[in-house]
Amino acid sequence: MRKMDEGCLTDLSVHQLRVLLERGEVAPRDVHEAYVRRIEEVDDQLNAYITVCPDFPPELENRHGRPVFPVAVKDNIMTRGIRTTCGSRILARFIPPYDATAILRLKERGLYVLGKTNMDEFAMGSSCENSAFGPTRNPWNLDAVPGGSSGGSAAAVAAGEAPWALGSDTGGSVRQPAALCGVVGMKPTYGRVSRFGLVAFASSLDQIGPITRDVWDCWVLMRALCGHDPLDSTSAPGQAPIPPPQSVESLGGVRIGVPREYLGPGVEDAVRDAVLKAVGVLEELGARAEECSLPHTEYGLSAYYIIAPAEASSNLARYDGVRYGHRTCQASSLLDMYELTRQEGFGAEVKRRIMLGTYVLSAGYYDAYYLRAQKVRTLICRDFERAWARYDLLAAPTSPTVAFPLGERTADPLAMYMADVLTIPVNLAGLPALSLPCGFARGLPVGLQLIGRPFDELTLLRVAQAFQQATDYHLYRPVVGGEVDG
Amino acid sequence: MADAVEVVIGLEVHVELKTESKIFCACSTRFGSPPNTQVCPICLGHPGTLPVLNLKALELAVRAALALNCKVARYTKFDRKNYFYPDLPKGYQISQYDAPLAEHGWLEFRVDGRMRTARIRRVHLEEDAGKLMHDEVTGETLVDFNRCGVPLIEVVTEPDLRSPREARAFMEELRAVLQYAEVSDCRMQEGSLRCDANISLRPRGATDLGTKAEIKNLNSFRALEKALEYEVARQTRALERGERLVLETRGWDEGRQVTVPLRTKEEAHDYRYFPEPDLVPMTLDPEWVEQIRRSLPELPSQRMARFQAEYGLPAYDAGVIVASRRLADFFEECVRHYPHPKTVSNWVMGQVLGYLNSRGLEPEELNFEPERLAELLRMVDEGVISVSVAREVFEEAVSTGKSPRALVEEKGLEQLSDTGALAAVVRQVIEEHPSPVRDYRRGKVKALGFLMGQVMKKTAGKANPQLARRLLEEALATEREETP
Amino acid sequence: MNGGILDMAVSPEEVRHVAWLARLRLTAHEERLFSEQLSNILAHVAKLQELDVEGIEPTFHVLKTLSNVYRPDEVRSWPELREVVQAAPQQRDGLFAVPRVLPEGEDEVSAKNEKDG
Repeated sequence: MRKMDEGCLTDLSVHQLRVLLERGEVAPRDVHEAYVRRIEEVDDQLNAYITVCPDFPPELENRHGRPVFPVAVKDNIMTRGIRTTCGSRILARFIPPYDATAILRLKERGLYVLGKTNMDEFAMGSSCENSAFGPTRNPWNLDAVPGGSSGGSAAAVAAGEAPWALGSDTGGSVRQPAALCGVVGMKPTYGRVSRFGLVAFASSLDQIGPITRDVWDCWVLMRALCGHDPLDSTSAPGQAPIPPPQSVESLGGVRIGVPREYLGPGVEDAVRDAVLKAVGVLEELGARAEECSLPHTEYGLSAYYIIAPAEASSNLARYDGVRYGHRTCQASSLLDMYELTRQEGFGAEVKRRIMLGTYVLSAGYYDAYYLRAQKVRTLICRDFERAWARYDLLAAPTSPTVAFPLGERTADPLAMYMADVLTIPVNLAGLPALSLPCGFARGLPVGLQLIGRPFDELTLLRVAQAFQQATDYHLYRPVVGGEVDG
Repeated sequence: MADAVEVVIGLEVHVELKTESKIFCACSTRFGSPPNTQVCPICLGHPGTLPVLNLKALELAVRAALALNCKVARYTKFDRKNYFYPDLPKGYQISQYDAPLAEHGWLEFRVDGRMRTARIRRVHLEEDAGKLMHDEVTGETLVDFNRCGVPLIEVVTEPDLRSPREARAFMEELRAVLQYAEVSDCRMQEGSLRCDANISLRPRGATDLGTKAEIKNLNSFRALEKALEYEVARQTRALERGERLVLETRGWDEGRQVTVPLRTKEEAHDYRYFPEPDLVPMTLDPEWVEQIRRSLPELPSQRMARFQAEYGLPAYDAGVIVASRRLADFFEECVRHYPHPKTVSNWVMGQVLGYLNSRGLEPEELNFEPERLAELLRMVDEGVISVSVAREVFEEAVSTGKSPRALVEEKGLEQLSDTGALAAVVRQVIEEHPSPVRDYRRGKVKALGFLMGQVMKKTAGKANPQLARRLLEEALATEREETP
Repeated sequence: MNGGILDMAVSPEEVRHVAWLARLRLTAHEERLFSEQLSNILAHVAKLQELDVEGIEPTFHVLKTLSNVYRPDEVRSWPELREVVQAAPQQRDGLFAVPRVLPEGEDEVSAKNEKDG
């Protein structure tokens, strides 16, 4: 690894690029070309991108000095005219006829799509190994996973293949890869960002979230993304824009809870140490931290692996070969068309979750599984609600381990599912949370997770911003594979 | 055997709501457009799309529920009904399962002169699916999604109907009520009203329902009645032979006038219902529901009572006219211009309905203004034309769209009511036909009919019949007196 | 394997039935593999049975105060729909084409019956 080079365009954060653009020291085309070159340099090794858009959009040539920026977009977010695959064979050649609301909002603010990033198929996975387009590799160690399901977006930002990116988070899919790749990743409060145009995995849990180099960039993207959308019935109305997380002298008065259930035996020692050290930094900045308890944490994984697959099994029923996407060539009957199309189009993890979800909703099992899981979800929500009486935010590791080796968990679904045990409860409760780099272990990044009250992204961003001002973990960059260091 | 056995019928009715746009997207609901021209990514089930509820659909559904005397729920929500079929883009239908919009209503209807009541178990909202067509040449099935996403209410009755006639009468009243409430056009030919029936037999006095058959593919009220009659016969025969009936779905074959098995109910889908996560629940403000109730238009039974009270129509006439909202509106508007309700009602029940029935048309398709009928009837009163001429003019006016007055002028159909001219014709006829005249004078009253006919012939049917008869009788009478 | 409220083992027959509900044509290997993996996962999530959820309302929507979301009854046509129909896997004269459907899903049921033997 190396420290960031201020002279290297693809090392900079977006707010640093903006300064250069506003001063006229660099043009948007220069930025664009720097990123395209970087992708050409390293993506053969990383496989962070499924589709790259190498041409600078002509309509952005003359924006009269207003800066424009490229953004990498996870391939489950609909981008009009740009292939969108969800990492799946069933949509391998699908060109969306419309833009997701999140994309339209970014375009209104001068952003454009640099490319579509790799992901676990239909966002089902924690390692980016479930893609029909091959796995993405962790830029910090090519034999390790980048995390998932937004592994491509996180790797791209970490490796300088994109200045920032969009991911989606259903059970940790923005935060966990951000942690494993040493970048910032945020999941908004459920309902903050429109889901219109986000290909649904688990509708009651999904949110689009930013993946960035630092906290300030994260806020800029959040500000652009958040807002009520009349096309999404679950979109929160009456949202006030999130104010900037201005740097503060001290975090005096901020009360931080550290849930003991998030530091249990499943968490690697090096991860625990880095996170507790990070909490210590926050205390030095004036915050008060103490251990707390969220007693139903251990049930989160079980509730999630009933609720998410159930909703997913229904959300993925539309992939039937009738109106778009892949259709089998071997159909001699309607039943053939359905069964073969889906068999050919879906990978193993997707099929496994569809089967699981169909099972837990089927006749006789709904009460015992789905309904019960939603009741346990209520208990998990109440754990957090009780915590907000005493604490302004909670601090914990994002992932129990640093990036694990490719192939280590692919034969054991349950072992893979454990990667999300610390992020899942947040989705079940619909809370905002972010991950930011707080150290390294064996050369691999460790992520600190901050969890906040509903709609209180500001506190999370302020605390994270203070942390980044007092530390320099976010200034490190990986040396990718065969690159020469320095 | 027949008396010991009771027929038990319940109906499941789907009604398309009269909104401009679809239930969850802004596509038009208009009927009859070229295929797949009223679609968008949302109703086509594209990845990433989401539904947003059309408030008007909810309002119309509440209106329908109130018109059917249901209790409207305070809290209601949507659920997903999951199954695979090419007309269902998302692989699930957004419908309502365990918290429907309304329950526990009833509908009173008249059958064979008696009033009967059937209970409504529930009314709920859901989205319609696309339409399938079969290509005989290629052997493929072709799908048009224009209809997909049109808002529907499903109305389910308790199994309270006791005969095919009752089922039909119930449906006719249901259609009238929903038309009056302006909830739907209820046109079975266009598919805005669809009906499936459940029918079983049981020993009279038993409480369980018996093994039922679900009957589908009913395209008209006539088909409903015929299919149920066939089922009663089929199930009766089976029971008499000691056969066990199975729970099954059968389709009505209009060509052969029989029901045929479609699939056994055991193979029915496992719909895996769960609450729709993309739509938030609805808590309905009782004040808002009351407002809708207050704004309900006059319903058929109320209008029927009013027609009897205000216009003095007999119950039977009132019942026939209010059966269709359009017909009832037509009647009232005509009476506004020509205040003789009994005459108007006779014409509406006679000529107007006769015209529609002979051409298989619905009252909505009548291309004739009530003012025109009023115009026609005034001309009869004024003696311009006779009643029989008026009947011909009516037919012509409806077919051509021309006004009655214009037609009468154009064809010179004015009655001959000039006493002098008519008296001259009468004298002529009497001179030319001495034999019938003698017969009449000898007491053969029927001869008058022949002489009238001659007068009509001579005047090419234009003689004012009452005047002509009077003059004829007077002329014959004067002569009569002279005979010893 | 029997007894208790839930039998967590998923037999190959159940796997076949669930695969049919989900319209997936699994290989024999997948049937065996999923039978084992699903049984393991369900055994794990069965830990939810430990909890007393008496009187607890389910959380179907986390934004508990959000309800009554509507849109007005206005028509907006979508200009690019031509390209959508053209991009269908199989289309004929503006209609989406699929293999022949027999009335009331008959072919699906009889095909399944044939498969099950």
